[in-house]
Amino acid sequence: MKQTFLRRLYFTLVALFLSAPIIVVAGVSVNEKQDLAFPPKGFSLAWYGQIFFDPEWRAALFASVTLAVTAAALAVAIALPLAWFQWRRIAPWASVFQVLGLAPFILPPVITALGMLTFWATTGFYGQPWTAVISHAIFFVTLPLVTLSLGFSSIDRSLVEAAATMGADDRTVLKTVVLPLIRPYLVSGYAFAFVLSLNEYIVAYMTVGFTIETLPIKIFNALRYGYTPTMASVSVFFVALAALVFGLIARYGDIRKLLGAMSSES
Amino acid sequence: MSGLVLKDITKSFSNFTAVDSANLTVPHGKFVCLLGPSGCGKTTLLRMIAGLENPTRGTILLDGDDITPVPTHKRNLGMVFQSLALFPHLSVGDNIAYPLRIRGASREDQNKRADELLKLIHLPGFADRPVAKLSGGQRQRVAIARALALSPKLFLLDEPLSALDAKLREAMQVELRQLQQRLGITTFVVTHDQREAMTMADLVVVMGHGKILQAAPPIEIYRKPADAFVADFIGMTNLLDADLDRAGRVSVLGQAIPGLAMPEGLAKAALSIRPEDVHLGPVGGDAISGTVTFVRDLGGTIETFVEAGGKTIIAVATPRERPNVVAGQQVGVILPAEACVVLKS
Amino acid sequence: MKREAPKSIADYTPLFFPGLMLIVFFVIPFSTMIAVSFFQRDPSGFYTPDFVFTNYARFLTPFFGKVLGFSLMLAVMVAICCVAIAFPFTFLLTKSPRKVQTVWLVCLLSVLSLSEVIIGFAWSTLFSRTAGITNLFVAVGLMNEPVALLPSFWAVLTGMVYQALPYTILVLYPALVRLDPQLLEAARTLGASPTRAFFNVVVPALRNTIVATLIMVFVFALGSYLLPQILGRPSHWTLSVLITDQAIYQSNMPFAAAMAVFLVLMSLALVGLTMLAGRKENAL
Repeated sequence: MKQTFLRRLYFTLVALFLSAPIIVVAGVSVNEKQDLAFPPKGFSLAWYGQIFFDPEWRAALFASVTLAVTAAALAVAIALPLAWFQWRRIAPWASVFQVLGLAPFILPPVITALGMLTFWATTGFYGQPWTAVISHAIFFVTLPLVTLSLGFSSIDRSLVEAAATMGADDRTVLKTVVLPLIRPYLVSGYAFAFVLSLNEYIVAYMTVGFTIETLPIKIFNALRYGYTPTMASVSVFFVALAALVFGLIARYGDIRKLLGAMSSES
Repeated sequence: MSGLVLKDITKSFSNFTAVDSANLTVPHGKFVCLLGPSGCGKTTLLRMIAGLENPTRGTILLDGDDITPVPTHKRNLGMVFQSLALFPHLSVGDNIAYPLRIRGASREDQNKRADELLKLIHLPGFADRPVAKLSGGQRQRVAIARALALSPKLFLLDEPLSALDAKLREAMQVELRQLQQRLGITTFVVTHDQREAMTMADLVVVMGHGKILQAAPPIEIYRKPADAFVADFIGMTNLLDADLDRAGRVSVLGQAIPGLAMPEGLAKAALSIRPEDVHLGPVGGDAISGTVTFVRDLGGTIETFVEAGGKTIIAVATPRERPNVVAGQQVGVILPAEACVVLKS
Repeated sequence: MKREAPKSIADYTPLFFPGLMLIVFFVIPFSTMIAVSFFQRDPSGFYTPDFVFTNYARFLTPFFGKVLGFSLMLAVMVAICCVAIAFPFTFLLTKSPRKVQTVWLVCLLSVLSLSEVIIGFAWSTLFSRTAGITNLFVAVGLMNEPVALLPSFWAVLTGMVYQALPYTILVLYPALVRLDPQLLEAARTLGASPTRAFFNVVVPALRNTIVATLIMVFVFALGSYLLPQILGRPSHWTLSVLITDQAIYQSNMPFAAAMAVFLVLMSLALVGLTMLAGRKENAL
């Protein structure tokens, strides 16, 4: 009895800590007038409308979503052949690429950002929108790489052998067995990269910060140069979006396995 | 000739030899069991026949053609894996129709063939079920049906029944044998269960430490094992040391056994005799004298453990010929010469 | 299909695109950055190629020493707070029903993916005078009037613990979820209370995991660049903030690059230590 109570209390405290800022922000976001009050004065969903109707916020939303959609796709396109090769072939030196794929994410983000800034400045492409796509793809390639490597290692190799005994060559095996089995991992790798790219600030800021405003950049600028409850509504929107995406992954996949429970260590 | 021939097949890994110069000829349509303890190389041999491993040395001939360099997917095989390897993302019907699908067969042809095979394995109407919803025995059958979908030249099974419980396994052994006889496909089954091998095989291939020790019909393997390892591995046996006495007769535990000859030029050998061939009688005469240490009455058979000269000899009898002995009793053990096999030790 | 060594050049084709992308857009930028760290600053533009150590020599100033010391101290405190909160929490989480675990993991991932900007904004709101938590205290009569709790060191620390806590839990989760439950059951049958068993069995069994997690969170916290700016005073700025500041606002790329190289070396050394700790545990 006492045990359960203590556990509940602990869980509640952690939950409170994690949700408190979000609750306050959500409260601020429904203020009727343009002030940052909590508890909110009046109730209005107008600030949510602003995300889509105010041209500046809409442009930022559009920029962010475009960046996240393309960067995540590119990250998956880099990670998939690499993970497949690692699984299919014995080539010890190829794990150098695995390390290269993990490094951007483990190092402090400011380093990747600065590396990208110097690179684009040196090559003369600084400020081009597509440089942010490539930068984000490299920065977040770790996520699909990890989920896909996990996915490949969870494929029972006898399935592939069985397909071969029934007459399937390498290409057919890939198309009819490997890709269908890897699909959940592919989707979650994409989703992870998408959500994180959507929220990323410093790499985007250092590469295209002076030409394009993504939502995080816009929020930061607004934070410096004048509050508006739209910042709050965008933040709540982001939290909801992330929860939705991860909720879907949990619904259609095994999120516990993705995060390392009963992983098939090879 | 038609059938499968293995010539000097060897598979070496960096630190050990899994299969060592295997030679074997299997006529078309035979049911072969590769039998041996775990780690004896039987699975590696099967995988080489399937093309899933490349032999370090040797050739594999199928109907006279050298298939050693042919990749697995061009060998026209059907294989059942130990894990069964049913595709979890496909339904039962799609699993069975997989070989047809990847060859571009129409959807109707696929469904037709799947339905035919489902009928053959006594699971009609299961086509749309997900694989995960099947019982162990049903999965087993689906894996077999899938392997047979294209009427392959070779049917290979790697410990196919090991996951089933004892009763179901025995039933499946009979079913598998009947199916193979009906279809007449050359079949290889890897197993470590000698009962399974005896039930199904035309030819039992006993392997140990990477070598083929004996390849013969089951009853011959049982009656005339090639060496002590085979005798010990196949069924229960009594392995006793035999030597020559001063008169030049073969003797065991100090008792000469009339009518038994030593292999040419040997002074010592191992003698194998099956427990059901050992007779118990009164002490004296030609009998080896010993003491009963334990009687195990299994209902259908009675096993009597007799200690003689530091060795334990097991005798098996049916209740009808019940030996009527109790632990501690002195008995005479008779080893009929015609039932004894003298082996190089 | 067996896993086999590539036989021909064609077998390497899948590596071509990922290899090219990672080399061109990670290895080269990284090398460029290292090169730039030895360049001369050009007040009119970015920099001019050179080979000087002046950028590194600036590390020896007291100002830099103070920033570095503060960054390390802050990261250590964040790491300790996070692991202290997260370890028992993760342990209890792994003992919860699957459904509960899944819901928590979804929430943790959602918080983890939040932009630092949003976290900074949320906490600055929570600590503000107008919309802050102190309004709540006033409402229940604990305080007379609302006050601003920022900028302050504690605000920075709270914000960073908030940012790193989900990360910590997710790093600890695999190790704890795979912990043999019989270990704990054995301790219980031997008469240990659950709390005692936790401290006498679980904590020592995962000592290396805890050390590794501390280092991982430490490196993670070193990377925080916005929270110290939003929630703290300039005296609370960390190395990451300084790098951003030098690169963007002071246009001193060579010095920023030199600091970045230093930060990489420090992080790499620590990640290396983590792997060493991990290896030892696996060897047990």
